[in-house]
Amino acid sequence: MTVTASTAGRRRARSTKILFDVGRFLVVLITTYLGLLAVTFFIGRVIPIDPVLAILGDRAPASAIARVRAEMGLDLPIWQQFLIYIRQILSGDFGTSVLTTNPVLTDIARVFPATLELATFGTLIGTIVGIPLGVLAAVKRDTLIDQAVRLIGLIGYSIPIFWLALLCLLLFYGKLDWVAFPGRIDIAYEYTFTPITQLFLLDAILQREWDVAWDVFRHIVLPGCLLGYVSLAYISRMTRSFMLTELGQEYVVAARAKGLSERRIIWAHVLRNAAVPLVTVIALSYAGLLEGSVLTETVFSWPGVGLYITNSLQSADMNAVLGGTLVIGSAFIALNLLSDLLYRTLDPRTRAR
Amino acid sequence: MTTGFETAPVSRRDWLLSDRPTSRMQARLGRAYMIWLRFSANRLALAGLGLILALILVAIFADVLAPFDPVQGDLRNARLLPPGTGSYLLGTDDQGRDILSRLIHGSRLTLAVVGLVAVIAAPLGLLVGTVAGYAGGWVDAVLMRITDIFLAFPKLVLALAFVAALGPGIENAILAIAITSWPPYARMARAETLGVRHSDYIAAVRLMGASPFRIVLRHVMPMCLSSLIVRVTLDMAGIILTAAGLGFLGLGAQPPSPEWGAMIASGRRFILDQWWVATMPGIAILLVSLGFNLLGDGLRDALDPREAGR
Repeated sequence: MTVTASTAGRRRARSTKILFDVGRFLVVLITTYLGLLAVTFFIGRVIPIDPVLAILGDRAPASAIARVRAEMGLDLPIWQQFLIYIRQILSGDFGTSVLTTNPVLTDIARVFPATLELATFGTLIGTIVGIPLGVLAAVKRDTLIDQAVRLIGLIGYSIPIFWLALLCLLLFYGKLDWVAFPGRIDIAYEYTFTPITQLFLLDAILQREWDVAWDVFRHIVLPGCLLGYVSLAYISRMTRSFMLTELGQEYVVAARAKGLSERRIIWAHVLRNAAVPLVTVIALSYAGLLEGSVLTETVFSWPGVGLYITNSLQSADMNAVLGGTLVIGSAFIALNLLSDLLYRTLDPRTRAR
Repeated sequence: MTTGFETAPVSRRDWLLSDRPTSRMQARLGRAYMIWLRFSANRLALAGLGLILALILVAIFADVLAPFDPVQGDLRNARLLPPGTGSYLLGTDDQGRDILSRLIHGSRLTLAVVGLVAVIAAPLGLLVGTVAGYAGGWVDAVLMRITDIFLAFPKLVLALAFVAALGPGIENAILAIAITSWPPYARMARAETLGVRHSDYIAAVRLMGASPFRIVLRHVMPMCLSSLIVRVTLDMAGIILTAAGLGFLGLGAQPPSPEWGAMIASGRRFILDQWWVATMPGIAILLVSLGFNLLGDGLRDALDPREAGR
């Protein structure tokens, strides 16, 4: 009797704990998004001295100015304006782009997959290359290999990506002609190819159109590898650090004493423990690439959110700029919180006791 | 020196490394000397320090060092000359301006950006973090929630939006970067504050009647300084890259000012034929941010030996 009572009590305690965790997570999620909205609201509605003048120009008659001001709700107190703004954003009304004359949300739905594809490509490269490099550096600590990996990482942290992109364009497109001209797909395929998921490389492979796939690959390989390098620098450095921490643990000595092969110890035991914080790192680097693609996209004329934001900037199209900022910001926040959540779920030590 | 207790003349090194410092100054200098010993054993860190010192010197003596005018070029005779032509060591750009001179003058802008961002963001983060950590309770909860919100924002994109609203220009770029870079300092300062909050010396100061303001300012903040300095130094590279990125997009310093990112942007049009116009400023950015990274790594290893080599 007593045993079942105590397990029931423990179960109840655990379920309240889970409820508490979910509640905490929701509070974090909501406040963070509210913060993002407050900042974009501040940038879009508070900093400009008079948004009405920005729309109508300074020659508009006073009656028109007053009408538009009332239409935009600018005569209301600032907190009411903020509430209206939140309602607009939540109903998907990001305003209209001056440059493309489309609703901003439509534009972003069109350009976001391109950024997603590029960032995913980069993160895959960074993970596939970065983790083995980091493991290698940790295992061969203080050797030439270790120094080389650290140097690669250090340069990745220090190099201006848009500059490297220009130099790579000069070399691989200008001199060697190995890769395709900036853009996402050749104009010849642009109208014959019908994408399903909007991730062109995946689509082409799914439809077994190998010539299209090859063309898309020739377009994505250079910007993708550049972003991959940035993510590799971060991932390999963190992998090395986590591996060094784990290699100093006692279970490694125990495994060695038991006579396990060094290879098995490293890849099956140590890396597995280092993998928990690594998941966080990969999610963070993915978020970083979504944001960091802004500069890379402008160099490669890659039609993603970054290029959309910078093009809109040139024509002072604030609705579009803020819409892009909101989308990138939302993805960034979501990945940040997701990585936090993953860390809590994957690491048994952070679970409820 | 003639106190009578000393039996033999003490060398400067022994005085610095003494186990029983006789004055505060001796203790402080001794500690600084220990850190310097650890730091200078690291050749890469010394290289980083050298690069940063060189940057500072170049910025100070830009007027003397630059062989040509950075803004006014020789449009008739010297457009787009390759490196090494005549006295143009790194070549000239499309306005006939000497690239080396522009780089030398641009070092001032780079230094101004990192300096101002550090001066704005680091004290702000330190203040928020120490107050949150020391006060605890709802003050802590509210301040840290705000910090976490800012921490979860994408830095470059937000800086972009800020500059778009405020108008392009180097002051606005600095402001935008500073606004987005204080949260990590606040988190760090809070963690350090929580570490010392319940220690005996704080209790002793409180018993002596020090106000919370004084405790935070004089007894908590100094404990956070060393990790703050390391973190700021390591962030400098990122700040330089963000500023250069904004310049590249035309949102930072405006022409004709010789900002390195903007110089790359203006060389972009000639990248296929006149590669040097865009290449040279990039090398300058790479060197300086590499210098800050090496210096930061070295400082971290010297100030916090537990983390060495990670």
